[in-house]
Amino acid sequence: MTKGIQEASLAIAAAVKLCRVQVCPMYPITPSTHIPEQISEYVANGELDATMIDVESEHSAASAWVGAVAAGSRCFTATSSQGLALMYEILPIISGMRLPGVMAVANRALSAPINIWNDHSDAVSARDQGWIQLWVESSQEALDTVIQGYKVSEAHLVMMPLMLCFDGFTLSHVFEPVDVPEQKKVDAFLPKFRPLFTLDQKKPVTMGPIGFPDSFMRFKEQQQQAMLNSIEAIKKANADFKKAFGRSYGSGLLDLYRMEDADYAVVGMGTMCGTARVAIDRLRGQGKKVGLVRIRSLRPFPEQELQQAMKNLAGAAVIDRHISLGQEGPLFTDVRSAIYCNDIAINGYIAGLGGRDITLKHFEMVFSDLEKGKQKGEWLF
Amino acid sequence: MQVKGKSKEQRLEPGAVITRPGSSSSYHTGGWRTFRPVVDQGKCIKCHQCWQYCPDSAIRVEEKTGKVFIDYAYCKGCLICVKQCPVKAISSEVEKK
Repeated sequence: MTKGIQEASLAIAAAVKLCRVQVCPMYPITPSTHIPEQISEYVANGELDATMIDVESEHSAASAWVGAVAAGSRCFTATSSQGLALMYEILPIISGMRLPGVMAVANRALSAPINIWNDHSDAVSARDQGWIQLWVESSQEALDTVIQGYKVSEAHLVMMPLMLCFDGFTLSHVFEPVDVPEQKKVDAFLPKFRPLFTLDQKKPVTMGPIGFPDSFMRFKEQQQQAMLNSIEAIKKANADFKKAFGRSYGSGLLDLYRMEDADYAVVGMGTMCGTARVAIDRLRGQGKKVGLVRIRSLRPFPEQELQQAMKNLAGAAVIDRHISLGQEGPLFTDVRSAIYCNDIAINGYIAGLGGRDITLKHFEMVFSDLEKGKQKGEWLF
Repeated sequence: MQVKGKSKEQRLEPGAVITRPGSSSSYHTGGWRTFRPVVDQGKCIKCHQCWQYCPDSAIRVEEKTGKVFIDYAYCKGCLICVKQCPVKAISSEVEKK
């Protein structure tokens, strides 16, 4: 194990190397650019035996993924914002053809106005495309989640692609201490990719055929079952990772902080949760029973576990870093729907769009709203 | 998982992978037909233009005699053969289901 100071982008690249990824079709876009830069350096130096494909667009990066994984390779790519939007056409093809792998998304606001800073609008708005989405809070978790991610995604009962979502700039460009595990240990944890089918002249198959109305819905049903199977796979990968490397992230699906006796909780994703932890410690110092529910897995959505975690609360506030325009924060919609039968007050807030900071003050305000019984969400500026 | 396909029971592999090569021939597209082309062997001059133009390769030529036959399992009834035949040896009639 090497302890070092790394930004999440470099930590992710280090994990890609440790996972012995074979094909990396990549197109750089801020703030995920450091990942392809670092990986191309690994490949050029002979440290990683992989094919780096300098594609002409993100649409091509995703398309090359289809070919590479269909041929039986372990594949990785990274993108952000409009890059993910340009991949959109291929996202459901990758998941529909059941071609697993990990894509890192350095979360960044979607234009317009053009904005390179962090919010969750890119990945959250792609949540229905059959990709497992794990949202991380630290550079260490980003590195560890790449390794866990391949294990989950390539499990034969799952075989669905996985999106590793990490906050642009707040993680992608911020240096913090990271433990890089030994290659031997990663090899023991993560076996070689064993595809169900590959393109092989000796054993010909057809991939990507038409699905007529009599079968199409059956394939969607299979994908839904695979996503539900991934709930156990995520929990198991997280638990096994703890045994092998000594680190884990909550249950794998949810990460709870000071929730044992909490009356009120905030629910969020990504780096805002680090700020929330500090705010909660301060409020706890004032005798207030408050806690945090960090959603690590947005898809599959851990509905039952969430009901359990929130069952003793008097109230909760969901903070979305994205808005489904014309409705509300999508995380708020999901959480409220999951805890519909828990009789508690729940407020939804929109915050941190386009790189706007979410500060301690915001969390104090949100908890004070809950205490006062205020039943209205709003925009946190 | 098994589901009733167009022609027979098919296994639905994850990701819709088809493991039997050439399986598309078991899908009989002749069921789409509204008009049925019919060859009058007496008028046919065996020029085989219908065979050349058929977009579905649904016209068979008997090797020994050069006679043409329409393979109704795949003929979708586009009637391009009727249009192309220089001696009007192919006529069309409404398909009776």
